[in-house]
Amino acid sequence: MVSTALKAEAGRPGTPDRPRPIRRRPVRGRTLAFWLFVGPFLAGLVFFTFVPIGWSLWLSFFEAQNTVTPTEFVGLRNYTEMLADPEFRRSMLTFTVFAAFIIPVTTALSLALALLVNRVRFMQAFFRSAFFIPAACSYVVACMIWRLSIFNGVRFGLANTLLLHFDLDTVAWLQTTDPPLYWLVLITVRLWLQLGFYMILFLAARQRIPGQLYEAAYLDGASPGWQTFRHVTLPALRATTVAVVLLNLIAAYQAFDEFYNLMGNTAIVRPPLIYLYNTALGAEQDFGRGSAGALILSGLIVIVTLLQGKFLRLGKRED
Amino acid sequence: MRLSHQRLNRRRLLALGGLAAVGAATTACGSNTGRDGGDPNKVDLSQWYHQYGEAGTQDAATRYATEYPDANVSIQWIPGDYDAKLASGLLSEDGPDVFESHFNSQMATSGQVVPLDDIMADFKSDFSEIDLFENTWDGKVYGVKMIDDPQLFYYRKSMLTEAGLAVPTTFDELIAAADALTGKTVKGLYLGNTAGAGVLNRPLLWSAGQDLLTADNKIGFGGETTIAALAKFRTLHENGSLLLGAPTDWWDSAAFTQGLCAMQWCGMWHMPLIQEALGDDFGVFPMPPVFAPADGGRPSIVNGGWSTFVSAKSKNVEAAKAFVKWLWLEQVAHQEDWALSYGFHIPPRKSLAAKATKLQSGTAAETVALSQQYGIGANPAWTTTMNTALNDLVTKVVREGADATAELATATGKIDDELAKAGG
Repeated sequence: MVSTALKAEAGRPGTPDRPRPIRRRPVRGRTLAFWLFVGPFLAGLVFFTFVPIGWSLWLSFFEAQNTVTPTEFVGLRNYTEMLADPEFRRSMLTFTVFAAFIIPVTTALSLALALLVNRVRFMQAFFRSAFFIPAACSYVVACMIWRLSIFNGVRFGLANTLLLHFDLDTVAWLQTTDPPLYWLVLITVRLWLQLGFYMILFLAARQRIPGQLYEAAYLDGASPGWQTFRHVTLPALRATTVAVVLLNLIAAYQAFDEFYNLMGNTAIVRPPLIYLYNTALGAEQDFGRGSAGALILSGLIVIVTLLQGKFLRLGKRED
Repeated sequence: MRLSHQRLNRRRLLALGGLAAVGAATTACGSNTGRDGGDPNKVDLSQWYHQYGEAGTQDAATRYATEYPDANVSIQWIPGDYDAKLASGLLSEDGPDVFESHFNSQMATSGQVVPLDDIMADFKSDFSEIDLFENTWDGKVYGVKMIDDPQLFYYRKSMLTEAGLAVPTTFDELIAAADALTGKTVKGLYLGNTAGAGVLNRPLLWSAGQDLLTADNKIGFGGETTIAALAKFRTLHENGSLLLGAPTDWWDSAAFTQGLCAMQWCGMWHMPLIQEALGDDFGVFPMPPVFAPADGGRPSIVNGGWSTFVSAKSKNVEAAKAFVKWLWLEQVAHQEDWALSYGFHIPPRKSLAAKATKLQSGTAAETVALSQQYGIGANPAWTTTMNTALNDLVTKVVREGADATAELATATGKIDDELAKAGG
């Protein structure tokens, strides 16, 4: 209600029939201030985003092995080669499976964690920080811990020590392909790193839900627990949930670090970014095909984002 | 009141952020190239190495560079993914002038490196045919081989004796031995953390009587032979006798010396470390024949190693070539030091290898003899894209049990495309 009032006030234009002296600072100062604020970021955006995108578009039409200043125009050959490449298509599939799993799991678990922490009556700040701290850890470091200490394949790895304790055989966590145990390692490291961050988002949103809503629900006969969660908490968290899902989707598309550090470039599990990294920047150094693949991938991301925006009504005014 | 306070904070934050960005940008411009402090009358050269695992190598490389009288040579010692860092370094003028790498024809055709025929002229006859072939494209020599690194199997004598086993002489015996040597805490064989997909590709094809490419640069493998060889490799994998997930990879002998495995594929470079840890309790054998000799089976050893190159983007190509000539052709004492004082490598110079006393006794001598008999080197026509295709084939068939015929068709299709591109 408060927000509606604010919006109405803000939406009312200055009354036109009563001209007021407008206080204005010198235009020059304002322009200067504008460029001072916008300039560095705009320059960064231009040099590190727009120029590379344009350059990569240009490269994608050339034979660009080992060079970023190619001369041999090959038309759409790089695109047709990439689209015909079964490995590239397979990497897209890998990513889709990964995203379909990781997005709902991260969202649900971080929401659950936020509600649990919200319920804690003592040392809430401690728990909040304890869960959030992993978000400050780098993927590389976390992957090293996961690969070398927890999930290494020999008898002195943490997970294997546990197995031996229960008289079970040791397991090569990252190398076993049947069943694909490496997913367990890949997923747990990502969850450990990311849950805390999304938990904070949910927690903040949950704490902004007015207590009166719950009191009203109880008065109407709702039982605490599932009913209030389903009909009060969840709808009130809608905007945050949409944001978390979107952020998760972007993060899943950018999946690279844990795959690169835990699995390397292997045909077993290779998300698109690993494939493109290897093609363009890694061993193969083929900037033409790499750029073509990157643009195909960007195209797909744009389509999915647009569809999702339409589906989740992102950016629409919530009333 | 609260609102304005917040706004102020945000504004200040943005301003600080902008300042930080500007600051970062300006400091990046003046990055230290590490070439300061040299003699201003001499040219500056930058030389890149990957990070060698043997202690003392970095100091040695720096020492050689400081001793060079005609230029200020700075050393870049690069840990991690050397190939990727080198590749991006070679795109710009700020990359290396002189660097070590492994040659393939694309480095020559894309104009990344310059021919070294002039400095090599007087020394060519002192290099083995294998070493010259792997650095030659279109009749020009592009690299100077610095060290030869045989890769082969190491085994624990005591463990084999205890199990009543002889040293494997066929691939089937290797599979059986690996199985027999596997216990609760010891695995039979270690082929690295990709289960040999990658490192054992070439030896598998060679010992099956095939090759990556034929002499006239067509695909040298395929058909029933390759499918049967992959099936045997798959059996080895399925037996559960391979060590997997060790903290160190195949190029490090730690898994072997710590007793995690009875046999390991590794390079000669770690032989001093293995000797130190195990004394006489180890031996070596080549990749055994995959099929009977009548069917083309033969033992094989990878003749690896590193070569040095001069970047075509260098601002001082002639000075860089002069430095390469000085260090890797003329300074015999340095070459001997580099090959023998830290790890064990075979000096590529025949004259020097003949004098290498450290390699003339025991297992080292045996390894040198085996590599002279069975060693096969790299083929410059084999590009990294082809290698990825082969890697994918072996990974999918051996580790995931994919259909060998279909995967083989995919891989050979890709390699054919690459060969066609290179030819046309």
